[in-house]
This record gives sequence, structure tokens and C-alpha cells, in this order.
Amino acid sequence: MKEKILYALGALAALLLARNIRVMLTGLPDEAFQGAIFRIIFFHVPAAFTCFLCFFIALIASISYLKSGKMQWDSLAVSATEVGLAFGAANLVSGMIWARIIWGIWWTWDWRLTSMLVCWLLYAGYLVLRRAVEEPAQRARLSAVLSILSFAVVPFVFFSIKWFRTQHPQPVLYGEGKMDAAYRAMLYGNWAPLLMLAAVLVMIRIGQENRRRELDALRREVHAF
Amino acid sequence: MLFLRQAWTIAAKDLRSEFRTKEALNASLSFALVILLLFSFAFDPTAEMTREISGGLLWLVFAFAGALLLNRSFARELENDCLDVLVVSPVPAAALFLGKALANYVLLLGIEAVCLPVFGVFYNVSWAGQPGWLALVVLLATWGITVIGTMFSALTVNLRLRELMLPMLVYPVLIPCLMAAMQLTTPLIAGQPPSGDQLAWVRMLVGFDIIFTALSVTLVETVLIG
Amino acid sequence: MNALAVENLWKYYGDYPALRGIAFSAAPGACVALLGRNGAGKTTLLRILAGLSKPTRGTVRVFGKDCLDAEVRRRTGLIGHGIGIYDELSAYENLRLFAALYGLADPRRAALEWLERTGLERVRDGLVREFSRGMRQRLAVARAFLHKPSLLLLDEPFTALDDRAIALLQGLLQESLAAGATIVMSTHQLREALELATHVVLIVKGRLAHSGERTAEMAADPGYLYRTYGES
Repeated sequence: MKEKILYALGALAALLLARNIRVMLTGLPDEAFQGAIFRIIFFHVPAAFTCFLCFFIALIASISYLKSGKMQWDSLAVSATEVGLAFGAANLVSGMIWARIIWGIWWTWDWRLTSMLVCWLLYAGYLVLRRAVEEPAQRARLSAVLSILSFAVVPFVFFSIKWFRTQHPQPVLYGEGKMDAAYRAMLYGNWAPLLMLAAVLVMIRIGQENRRRELDALRREVHAF
Repeated sequence: MLFLRQAWTIAAKDLRSEFRTKEALNASLSFALVILLLFSFAFDPTAEMTREISGGLLWLVFAFAGALLLNRSFARELENDCLDVLVVSPVPAAALFLGKALANYVLLLGIEAVCLPVFGVFYNVSWAGQPGWLALVVLLATWGITVIGTMFSALTVNLRLRELMLPMLVYPVLIPCLMAAMQLTTPLIAGQPPSGDQLAWVRMLVGFDIIFTALSVTLVETVLIG
Repeated sequence: MNALAVENLWKYYGDYPALRGIAFSAAPGACVALLGRNGAGKTTLLRILAGLSKPTRGTVRVFGKDCLDAEVRRRTGLIGHGIGIYDELSAYENLRLFAALYGLADPRRAALEWLERTGLERVRDGLVREFSRGMRQRLAVARAFLHKPSLLLLDEPFTALDDRAIALLQGLLQESLAAGATIVMSTHQLREALELATHVVLIVKGRLAHSGERTAEMAADPGYLYRTYGES
């Protein structure tokens, strides 16, 4: 049953993406200043939204784990964080491609891109911490605390880097100005398939995590005595 | 009241231990001085360049030296299983944490107090132009570093790769705090009082300190008791 | 009221149950010998009783309260695997520290008193790292008994002790029992433990295999218990 839902969701996401890409390439006019490459924003920005939504879900899962002690919440926390990191990486890479084409440089210390990089490093630390802890309950507990602390830093990271950049400006990828209505519709329209894709990936990862935990428990049982 | 007294007992114990052996203090202070020296070779700064990088340089030195010091905080309790005994005692985990944070704060401030005049000498800079403001920034930002470092010391205390993990985890979290400190310190060292814009950084530091102190005090029991 | 009441205690490490439905109780003045092979769950159980670890399911009540309660902690003493004293502090400073942490009214006097009782008053200002092994063990014992605990938790206490320390510990344990304290002692040294024990709890693979009074057969032949209730 669960597999059927996953397949359905995946298929729907693929269809929506295909439709969106067709609209992007044929339906929308080129943006005035940046040309064709501006379309990358339809992946770049929703990837960031998805990334932080995943981190937020990881936060909720972490708090729930600490309250209830049920390992399922830990599975959700790690899965959401991993998928979030993947979408964060997508945001970073698309940003770098965009910067290369527009500005000729691979990296611009644009405040959004820089903030995403710092948050990415923050949550990469979460994965590194998990690798360093053998015992599952301890791993869940410590990484839950780290997840809470990390999410608390995120707003500070954004504010501090943004203020820093207003004092020391660098090339900006895209402005704050009003976007054409059609563009805005596509921006949010493309978010939907990305969210579905994220949901599919998280569910697959949760299944994997649950199976791994079961194996670990069986192994302990066999080796303990 | 009892809570504060317990925290104070722990802080006094840590400080007494550290002043007797001076292990962490020596290592941290030497490291700080070496980095100060290395940076002067790396950049060979002119007077003007020094003015521009002073904030960044100083807080990088403090952050690196601090991480070395803070790592020891809970790790020192592992010898002889003293951590277990402390957790079993009627001292609440929050008081244990605050006591250790206080001791670390004093030690880190001490290191900074030595580094500032050394910086002045090596880089030929007079740094005491705005002593009041500088003291405020140092006190606020150092508390931010201390709280985060002590909390992560507790988090990683039972891990094999503790020495590697702590710096890796701590620096991204400290970025807002360090950034604020650097932005505020550079003009202060040049003798200029903070402008209206820059007061926003001070407010952010205060917010950072309050939020992470509250979070750490709340979460430390979860971290220490499995 | 029972000094210690454990009910349906389960402890999971991830999905693996290290303790499965442990239940027993102990009255004031009882000395419980906690027996079992390595890996059976003795240390896990003791850590939960001490408040170092939280149970996944079930309750532990000490003097009617939860074992993490501050008042309960004030009346609990622990001797674990490590000695639990600070190498860089002197014997006197160590005891004064723990007396203060346990809220004793006059930490200095308590520290001095216990230095005398353990024969360490001559070296009271010596740093612990310069002590011999036997002296460190005696100081550790002093630390555990300093605050006159009503519940004593000991994890294989006789393993690393020399003769003088063993005699000291046994004397203190008997004195505490006579004063109505409760002792839970995990051990491999069946002989020493079974001499003092009034009750016996045997843990096999995380489960309670036997819980009851110490009988004459057990004291006479330490292996009897394992043969009768445990696996070979």
C-alpha cells in the first residue's frame, strides 16, 4: 500500500515537472536583464523553500522524539535532514551555475547563497554527529538536541549575513523587486513537484532507516549472549 | 538560591582544578599567541590594513583558542568517572552546566585579556580607544562563545572523536556571534564609537546570548542523562 | 514503605531490550546482591537506579519518589567502576566539594571527619594523583558514604580493592545496614557479596531469573544460584 502511494506521488511529481519545464521553455518570455538563464530561479528558489521546510520538519520530529522516546520520530528527523541537505545542495549548485553564467564567477557572496552554505554546513554536522554515535537511542537523543540548536541558529545566520552584506555589498543573484505575475505563479507552481519529490525521498529513507534499526537490534540480540 | 550556590561550587571547583594544573590554559594561550604571530607573517599588515582586519583577526584568535579550552570542559570529568558522580549528585544538570560555563567564561576572558595587549604590541596598534564599548562587546560575545562551547562539550563528551567533532560542530553555530563581534570590534579598536547601525549588532548579540543560554540550560539534562 | 520498588522495568537501546520487565523491591535494612553474567544487564539496572539513565518503560520508586528526584539523589550514594574523585584536588578538597554538593550543613567538618575514619588525615592536603591505589580507593569509599546515604548502589565494588579497603568497605556497609540503609550491590565476587547479602536478584539476559532471600545454600556454594535459576 505504501509503495503504491510512493509510486503515485512520484509519477505525479514527474508529470508536473515535465509540464512545468515545457511551460518554462515555451510559455514564459525571457526576463529583461538576465535572459534565458533566469529560468533557473524556478528550481533554485523552491529548492531553498523545500530545504528549510525539511529542516523544520526535522525540528518537529526531534522535539517529538525527545518527548515520546519513539524511534520512528528519529527516523523522520534524519530522513528529513538528509533530504533537506540534498535540496540545499541543489540550491547551492544552481546558484553557482547561475552566478557563473551571469557574473562569470563561480561564487558570489550573495547573502542568500552564503546563508544557505552556512546552514548546509550546520546540518552536515548533524550527519557527522550521527556517524560518531554507535548506540541508537543515544544517537537519536544527541542528534535531536543538535537539530533543535541548529534550527535556532538559522534565523541568526540569515540576519547576520544579510546585515553584513548591506554594509559590504557583493553581486546579488536576483533582486527584491516585484516579479511578473506569470513568473511568480511558476515559482510556486514548481514548488509543488519538488515538495512531492521531497516527500517521496523522505518516505523511502524512513523505510530504510527502520529496516536498518531492526537489523541492528537483531544483531545485538545475537551477539549479546 | 541553592541553584546558584551549587553552580558556584562547580565553577570554583573547575577554576581551582585549572589553576592548579594550567594544562588547558597554557595550551590555549600558547595557541592564541602563535596564531597572532602567524597572522602577522601571513598578511604582514600595514597600519591601515591592521585597522581594517583587527576585529576579524582578534575574534578568530579568540574563537580558535576558545574551542581548545571549551573542549576540556566536560571532557575533564571523564577521568575517574567523575561525570557520573556529578550527575548522580543532587546538583541539577542545569546548575552543573552553568557552573562550568561560568568557569570557562572566566578562563576565556583571561586569555583575551592577555591577547589584547600582545596584539597591540605585535601589530603596533593602540586598542584602548573605546574601553567601555570594547569591554561590553567582549563580555557579550565571549559569553556567546562560552555557552555554545560548553553546551557542545556536554553533547560530545561521550563520543570517541570528541576533539575533532567539537570544532566542526561549534564554528557554524558561532558564525552570527563572531560576525557581530568582528563588525563591532574593528571600529572600536580604531577608536570610533559604534554608529546607530552597529547597535543592531549589539542587540543581536544580546538576543543570541539569551536564546542559547536558555536553550542550553533546558537541554543539558537530556544530553547528560541517557 | 519499601525503600526501593522497581516495577516492570524495560530499557531499550534502540530496538534492543537490555532489560525486560524487571521487578523487585527492597525494604530498609536489606542488602541485595545483584548477580548475573557479563552483559546480563546489571550495570544498566544500576545506572537507572542511580539516575544516570532513564527507563524506557516501567517505574523505579525510591522512598516512594521517582529516582531522579533531588531529595532521593541527596540520599543516594554510588560507587561505580571509576573512583569518582578528582586527581588535581587534595583529599580534603575532594571531600569538602562533595559534602557541599550534597548539601551538608558543615562541609569542612564532614570532610575532616571522614578523612579520619578512612585513615587519610595525615595526607589530607596531598593531591590525589600522588596517592597510592589503596589510598585512592579509601577516599572513594569516603566520598560515597560522606552524606550518610540511605540507598547505596555499588557496581562491582570489591573488584579492584586491596585488603584494607575491602575491610573498610565491609565495615561501613554493615554499619549502614544496621542504621537502616538499603544496599544494591552488583558483583562477581560471590563470596564477599553473599556474606553481606540478605536478598539476591539474578538477572539472565535482561530478565529477572530469581529474586528472593539469600539462603544458606547460596552462601555455602556460590555457583548454586546460577545452576538452579540461570543458564550454565
